[in-house]
Amino acid sequence: MTAFRMPSLGADMDKATLVEWLKQPGEAIKRGDIIAVVETVKGAIEIEAFEEGVLDRHAVTPGESVLVGTTLAFIRNENDEGTSTKAVVPPEDITPAINRKPETEKSGAIEMISSNASRTAHVVGERKVSPVARKRAAEAGVDIARISSGEDGIIGLAQVNAFIETGEAEQKERTLTQDAPPKTEKPSLNLDVMRKAIGDAMTKSKREVPHYYVASTINCTALKSWLEVQNAKRTVTERLLYVAPLIKAVARALKETPNLNGFFTEGAFHPSTRIHVGVAASLRGEGLIAPAIHDTDELGVDDCMKGLRDLVTRVRTGRIRGSELSNPTVTISILGEDTADSVTPVIYPPQVAIIGCGAIVQRPWVVAEGAVEPRQVMTVTVAADHRASDGRTAARFLRTLDKLLQAPEAL
Amino acid sequence: MSETRRITYRDAIREALSEALTKDERVFLMGEDVGRYGGAYACSKGLLEEFGEERIRDTPLSESGFTGAGIGAALAGMRPIIEVMTVNFSLLCLDQIVNNAATLRHMSGGQFSVPVVIRMATGAGRQLAAQHSHSLENWYAHVPGLRVLAPATVVDARGMLWSALECPDPVIIFEHAMLYNEEGDIASEGPWTADIDHAAVRRDGDDATLITYGGSLPKTLAAANSLAEDGISCDVIDLRSLRPLDRERIVASVVKTHRAVIVDEGWKTGSLAGEVSAQITESAFFDLDAPVERVCTAEAPIPYAQHLELAALPSEEKIVAAVRKALRI
Amino acid sequence: MTDEELKNLVVKALFEVAPDLEGEDVDPDESFRDQFEIDSMDLLNFIIKIHEATGVDIPEKDYPKLTTLVGCVAYLKHHRQGAR
Repeated sequence: MTAFRMPSLGADMDKATLVEWLKQPGEAIKRGDIIAVVETVKGAIEIEAFEEGVLDRHAVTPGESVLVGTTLAFIRNENDEGTSTKAVVPPEDITPAINRKPETEKSGAIEMISSNASRTAHVVGERKVSPVARKRAAEAGVDIARISSGEDGIIGLAQVNAFIETGEAEQKERTLTQDAPPKTEKPSLNLDVMRKAIGDAMTKSKREVPHYYVASTINCTALKSWLEVQNAKRTVTERLLYVAPLIKAVARALKETPNLNGFFTEGAFHPSTRIHVGVAASLRGEGLIAPAIHDTDELGVDDCMKGLRDLVTRVRTGRIRGSELSNPTVTISILGEDTADSVTPVIYPPQVAIIGCGAIVQRPWVVAEGAVEPRQVMTVTVAADHRASDGRTAARFLRTLDKLLQAPEAL
Repeated sequence: MSETRRITYRDAIREALSEALTKDERVFLMGEDVGRYGGAYACSKGLLEEFGEERIRDTPLSESGFTGAGIGAALAGMRPIIEVMTVNFSLLCLDQIVNNAATLRHMSGGQFSVPVVIRMATGAGRQLAAQHSHSLENWYAHVPGLRVLAPATVVDARGMLWSALECPDPVIIFEHAMLYNEEGDIASEGPWTADIDHAAVRRDGDDATLITYGGSLPKTLAAANSLAEDGISCDVIDLRSLRPLDRERIVASVVKTHRAVIVDEGWKTGSLAGEVSAQITESAFFDLDAPVERVCTAEAPIPYAQHLELAALPSEEKIVAAVRKALRI
Repeated sequence: MTDEELKNLVVKALFEVAPDLEGEDVDPDESFRDQFEIDSMDLLNFIIKIHEATGVDIPEKDYPKLTTLVGCVAYLKHHRQGAR
């Protein structure tokens, strides 16, 4: 029997509310099946299974708010004998470590837990809550899972009282209800909470990550012309946005500068052999989300476009998958039309780079023999972690990206 | 009310003995060296001269013998006060106390009472080594049929003896050896009887409950004072009666403060502190904010060497540390 | 199709693409982008929805005509008639 646990969905998320179960006890489960939908500060997220088996029983009921690492359900494995319950944290947990053993190796799975346990003891598993803290929280109608523990990992009366007093309770409160919350038709976001989550993650990033920045202005005239020709030939449903070839080009350029792609965890940089480009998408009102297009470098431009459309649609309808949020190896932030010329972005830890693309705008451009002509240009800024690379790496990335964008047909 | 006067704990015991001997002619004091020597801790100094050999009786070194005689006298209608030098020596009369004094009312179907009062010194701190320094109050507090008292203040030392004599059942009074020289104010005029049914709140606070008795009370109050300087306010409960325990008062305080620290000079394993802790978890579990802390004596026979003796015993510093631990600060 | 029906069709397509806007009042003359922060991906999805609902083929160069409710209705009215 394996414990199916609430996975972490990024550095800025430590809890979620179960919205509904999509798999019931007795149902067979394959890797990648969506088992449940949870609601987070980033909206509704679909949680996937990481192994085969049969769902044995649920451990959490819809409406309950749970911490990352909490057991959501138990999955019966084929070769289950007896009742020993082995906890397996999904591989996407917290910081996707790249050099992990395949999780089919049982010993690997266990090792993974122990290494995670020490780092995330305050969020993983059953937290220690003093009896009176539980009582006080219940009296106040506060869901204990929303309360941060003290430095020692314990939730005592002091933590509960502080939570209630600061009024956070009122703001954040979604009390435990017996019934499932109404099925959300549109993403119900608590923007204050999301703003805080972004703030926490970015504060941590600015405090801990030694950023450096390198920028280039890239001539995108060829890209735009190629798109125009392509789209004229294509039906409405097959048309491309420049974002698609851009993302593909970024992924290919990253392949040649691996020090911008991966994670800085446990004091060391771990480059990733796979490239999952996270695309920062702003949510109307306020808020950001950066779900990944998996193996971006291996997709064609059309697949990139399809992936993007699918992601944006699901961002809007609030159906992002856990793995998409948890494992981008790099992020790209594209401002889009009619916005601003450039953006200097902040790295989303534990990633080591983020690529900021300003709007494509018409600007004077010096062409051969010193003549100045109008051109469609885009300013691309790389913010990268100095612990993993230095300016030269980012400059090389920008040169490669430039070269690729001059021949969009070859992407 | 009116005037007070300052006396020592020892004086308080002596006055109480003298008053009892004066008020009730059935009362007599019996024990080793209580007469001519004036008592091992000088509590009966001068009483032989005042009340005579009939009522202040020196005994042979035979705890079982004279305690048994006292129990017999009580059965026969007297009100004997037995002094045993230390709780360590009381083990020689444990059979008389546990098998006879404690049981006779029950075994006679209520026909017999044993209104005996047995006083004994307890505790460490005077470099008297392992044969004279232990705190075995808990052994007696375990036994139904006995009442066990631990006066921790001069006022209680003055008042508890008479209240004990008025009790129809055997009462053990533990006098901590380190308290005899403590001074305190008592009312100039009586009556000086003391409540022997309830614990006393010696200090009021909101952050933690310190529960103690006897010789540990001064240390506990000192710890509470020092914590108060850091803004931590503690309820200090003096149990006074070790059997029965005042569960109601203990629980009420813990429900208020949510944290409990028990200070007990007995060894931790199988201690009275363990019993108090159990009662708290039985009755106030859902009001606790931290595990119950116990400050007890190191699990070794009390050492003779002063620095080792001090290291083995509960101290102000250890109590402060335990409170901070319970408060997670 | 009446103007009213076309209007309803356009608003429905918009809300399908951006379900978080459901129930909002749509100013007929202001651009979707300014009103609702509709980005280019939303616009593309919106145009696909319009296309699927009406069968009208919309070339990329016409996208700017479809950025307001009034513009959409006018464009569809014209091109649906043209298609007949």
